[in-house]
Amino acid sequence: MPKIVFVQPDGSSQTVDATVGQSVMEAATGNLVRGIVGECGGSCSCATCHVHVDEAWFTQLPAPDEMETGMLEGAVEPGPLSRLSCQIAMTEALDGLRVSIPAGQV
Amino acid sequence: MSELTADSTVVIVGAGQAGGEAASELRKLGFAGRILILGEEAQPPYKRPPLSKAYLAGTVQESGLYVMQTAQLEKVNIEFRGNARVTRIDRASKTLHLADGSTQAYDKLVLATGGRARTLPVPGADAPNVYVLRTIADVEKIKAHCQAGKRAVIVGGGFIGLEGAAVMVKLGLKVTLLEGLPRVLARVTVPQVSEFFERAHREAGVDLRTGAQLAGFEGSPVTAVKLADGTRIECDFVVVGIGLIANTEVAQEAGLVVDNGIVVDEFARTSDPEIVAAGDCTNHPSEFLGGRVRLESVQNAMEQGRIAARTLFGKNEPYRTVPWFWSDQYDLKLQMVGLSNAHDQLVVRGDPATQRNFAVFYLKDGKLIAADTVSRPQDFMFAKKLVAEGARIDPAQLADESVALKTLATPATLATPAAPAA
Repeated sequence: MPKIVFVQPDGSSQTVDATVGQSVMEAATGNLVRGIVGECGGSCSCATCHVHVDEAWFTQLPAPDEMETGMLEGAVEPGPLSRLSCQIAMTEALDGLRVSIPAGQV
Repeated sequence: MSELTADSTVVIVGAGQAGGEAASELRKLGFAGRILILGEEAQPPYKRPPLSKAYLAGTVQESGLYVMQTAQLEKVNIEFRGNARVTRIDRASKTLHLADGSTQAYDKLVLATGGRARTLPVPGADAPNVYVLRTIADVEKIKAHCQAGKRAVIVGGGFIGLEGAAVMVKLGLKVTLLEGLPRVLARVTVPQVSEFFERAHREAGVDLRTGAQLAGFEGSPVTAVKLADGTRIECDFVVVGIGLIANTEVAQEAGLVVDNGIVVDEFARTSDPEIVAAGDCTNHPSEFLGGRVRLESVQNAMEQGRIAARTLFGKNEPYRTVPWFWSDQYDLKLQMVGLSNAHDQLVVRGDPATQRNFAVFYLKDGKLIAADTVSRPQDFMFAKKLVAEGARIDPAQLADESVALKTLATPATLATPAAPAA
């Protein structure tokens, strides 16, 4: 079971177990991680699951598609390491993935 | 409202997304007492939007719909009881009566009863192969017919009907979609957007007929649909998507105030201080719309579910939100923000007649009140902000493709200037 570390704006962190194939958003909402809502259920329509991915991990993720890139532009506090966590499918290789939740989203 | 303690029992009636979100939020807040969700269906809280999209298409499994897996629910001590239908609320003794004869006491009650699919008031509509599309069980029955070459008739050109048509035609079915009004999506958008989607569906192979008055069905199981003009459409099954009826009967019989939904205030409180309500079943005040409204959307269900939980937990936070909706059909993503009905000016950005992406903006007295975007996520995201701000924007700039909406989302566009610094 790959693990994901969610870092809150106050610096506290929560490590959760994900299953392979599950999205980072689903792992968050299933484990009551604050600040990740996932209103649209993972269909890249709401940007309420936006995260900043730690730089070391960011480059290991498959690139976002056009739709996700568009949504991210208008997300809360977008940055160069922004992703929609519903669009990141967990794999064993992503064990230890570290993402931060934007302050304005909590 | 009395305070929750670690000995309190919160019962949530309804295992939809409002109920699920209320339970999650209570635990996030640190509520240590008992949380019990009673659901009429067998499944724990699950996401309904994919039912007419990925779940019908077969690309998502049932457990992928659950908002929390069973093990996760157990881990955070949220109890779920399925196939549990509440028939009566005894408010005096704070007891629920269930269809199986059992009772359940509560200290605080969350009504998240949602709604049920409207059925056709037409003779023969109770035939075994005429389906609605609201639950996992409904979709399972529909999926059993979804093989290439099968003939489906879909009644209703709203989101459910159109999404269902898109999936089925892609699966190789022969799909006829009937809409009684002169255009699809007539309740939620303008003719320009309706025409765009009608064309998209026809190009994809759907036999889409507007102004089609259903007269009845032949056979049981149904073998053909009859229209008022004498047309006969042979089919293997029928899917009906003609809206939702809010489940308010139990609340009404318990003496709660019900008026097109269970009446709640901005804190999700009903007329009983021990009962809150959230989701499709509620009628709530909307600061944004300047009046009361009953919304059918997952955003409303989740946000109001959270507010209901926070109210129970003693937080005093009003529900203030700008409604938004979305629909995925083929490669097209329709995203809508605000409610457009009251607009007095319409601005189109892009050309729906020649492009697969465009946006429509609705203004009232010069203020942006709503927008519909098709496959334009950036425009949607910035429109969402501008609508929330009640921005006044020059219609010429809104229509001008060379002006990025992003550049219009500045404090200068605010309808009410910010208070001067103290």
